Amino acid sequence: MNLEKELRAKRDAGRKLLVPYVTGGLGGRWTDVVRAVADAGADAIEVGIPFSDPVMDGATIQEASQRALEIGATPAGIISQLETIDVHVPLVVMTYYNPVAHAGHERFANALKASGVDGAIVPDLPLDELGDWAVAADAADIETVLLAAPNTTDERLAAICARSRGFVYGVALMGVTGERDHLTKQAGAMGARCKAATDRPVLLGVGISNASQAVEAASSADGVIVGSALVRRLLDGGGPDEAAAFVAELRAGLDQSIG
Amino acid sequence: MTTQEFLISAPARGDRVLLGPPGPVPSAAGRFGEFGGRFVPETLIPALEELEAEFRTAWSSEPFRSEFAGLLESYAGRPTPVTECHRLSDRLGVRLLLKREDLTHTGSHKINNVLGQALLARRMGKQRVIAETGAGQHGVATATAAALFGLDCVVFMGAVDVERQALNVFRMELLGAKVVSVSSGSATLKDAINDALRDWVATVESTHYCIGSVVGPHPYPWIVREFQRVVGEEAREQSRVILGGNDPDVVVACVGGGSNAIGTFAGFLDTRSRLVGVEAGGLGLESGKHGAALARGVPGVLHGARSLYLQDEHGQILEAHSISAGLDYPGVGPEHAELAASGRAEYHIATDEEALSGLVLLSQMEGIVPALEPAHAIGWLAREVGKKVPLGSTVVVTLSGRGDKDAEQVAQRLGAELNK
Ligand SMILES: Cc1ncc(COP(=O)(O)O)c(C=O)c1O
Repeated sequence: MNLEKELRAKRDAGRKLLVPYVTGGLGGRWTDVVRAVADAGADAIEVGIPFSDPVMDGATIQEASQRALEIGATPAGIISQLETIDVHVPLVVMTYYNPVAHAGHERFANALKASGVDGAIVPDLPLDELGDWAVAADAADIETVLLAAPNTTDERLAAICARSRGFVYGVALMGVTGERDHLTKQAGAMGARCKAATDRPVLLGVGISNASQAVEAASSADGVIVGSALVRRLLDGGGPDEAAAFVAELRAGLDQSIG
Repeated sequence: MTTQEFLISAPARGDRVLLGPPGPVPSAAGRFGEFGGRFVPETLIPALEELEAEFRTAWSSEPFRSEFAGLLESYAGRPTPVTECHRLSDRLGVRLLLKREDLTHTGSHKINNVLGQALLARRMGKQRVIAETGAGQHGVATATAAALFGLDCVVFMGAVDVERQALNVFRMELLGAKVVSVSSGSATLKDAINDALRDWVATVESTHYCIGSVVGPHPYPWIVREFQRVVGEEAREQSRVILGGNDPDVVVACVGGGSNAIGTFAGFLDTRSRLVGVEAGGLGLESGKHGAALARGVPGVLHGARSLYLQDEHGQILEAHSISAGLDYPGVGPEHAELAASGRAEYHIATDEEALSGLVLLSQMEGIVPALEPAHAIGWLAREVGKKVPLGSTVVVTLSGRGDKDAEQVAQRLGAELNK
């Protein structure tokens, strides 16, 4: 599937986009969670490949990553399990650069493609360091999504939007992932700046914690990414049903918002 | 008032401190050979660009350099002496000189870097500094500089280190810093850096991250090396005086992230001296419990830089082990990775036991109690004289810090034996 094409088509049809994040390898039923989330109204799904030192993540995803690693999750294992997931929406992996570099750029990109993954988000691999990974990913037809932050300069934002594939990930606050009580003012500004800079789909993520925040954030962008709020439900013992219920709630909120 | 009195009370101008000219600048992308770089979340990019620009200007400006030199002299107590170790030299069969960073204010080389970074923070108008610390020496130094400059200070420290370096935790708090105990991951230095980076992602506009070693994203490995090169510049000139104009045959320093070693090496790169870095051998390389990233690490990316890291076959970073909190890190600064690759420096290990015996040896032969970190350099030397270090060699060892902070831990390990 082509991530950007899928997202553009849905956006152009007037839909607000919803991309939930699930930590790969978290519990024996994580692939069922991915399937359930797809059926509950996700437009693409971000699957985390856990890394030992996730510096862009707050406590929830840190704990999920650590738990997954403790029960034996590996990048190769997760990627091969992704192959067994037959969903109707694009899959994007989110991981850190070390596991990618360790496996080798081409090998990693090709393994993703072979498992039916469409895109990759590597938050500690900024524009300036994309180098060999971008070459390998492009060659394997893996769309590399770049992040823009609230303090990114206009000039750099333009370059990020131009080089990003699939969509542009606007970081909705100054900080790492994790639930927040309120959406910050930076979210709206981030969405507006990205929208003004690109015609690619623009999704806001980091800190978006419930349906009303998702609606508010999506009003300045094409949609949202929701991670920690979903992962916390899994850490608290929830499974595919709880995950699906939460995603359905987010979906309903977004659908209502466009009337 | 006589001239003499005037001289005694005149403020230190830093004239006695040997800063030396700025050293080589890494490539535009912050690379040392294939190592280094800037692998960080987008949010940190503007701050790193600002810091790089600020440092570039400051480091070539005379007012900044003389203010830095003045602080190093009047506040940190530089230049530190080089001490010739007569008894230990006789015992070992070499001529041993120590570069005495243990005699600086706060008791380790960490103060050199911190004073420089505090000046940079002030230039950038940042009111808050954060730092990671392993042994607590860098945390204490940062808390000290923050007090001196009136900055808010938060220090991240692994829970394991909070336990084994309790005295330093108290010192930091006494200096007005807040110490955050980090219990994620291995709860040591690596995890403290992770949490400092996470804090910085959220606070970057008002906060300067005062990194404590030659690690992290560009421009840190370069900045920290430049602020530490005073160690090597001074040591070279001082040892030439003692050695009749000659450079030492061997220059030795311990390597955690690598700042005291790179600062030392910087002064000797253009000489013919052999440069030796000593990493934490922990319980031995075969045990897997060590901190020897140069000996056993593979190329990878952590904490913003491509370098050598201890990792498993899936690219997950492994926990390091060392008796000394300051060497308990699964990576090493990128410039060391390059110096190892080019062969200009060589890197070896000393085990926990060898470090302990190095600590006792220096204490009892010279009346100098070293920190556990540089005790690795002493332990290595004691083991290698007549082997990797020929008898009769002249050797400079950087004594990066004093042993007070380790007294309790060493007492637990050795107390019983010493009492016998
Ligand atoms: C006395 C002393 N020496 C050495 C180190 C190791 O750091 P580096 O390798 O950056 O010099 C530390 C770190 O805490 C230290 O306190």
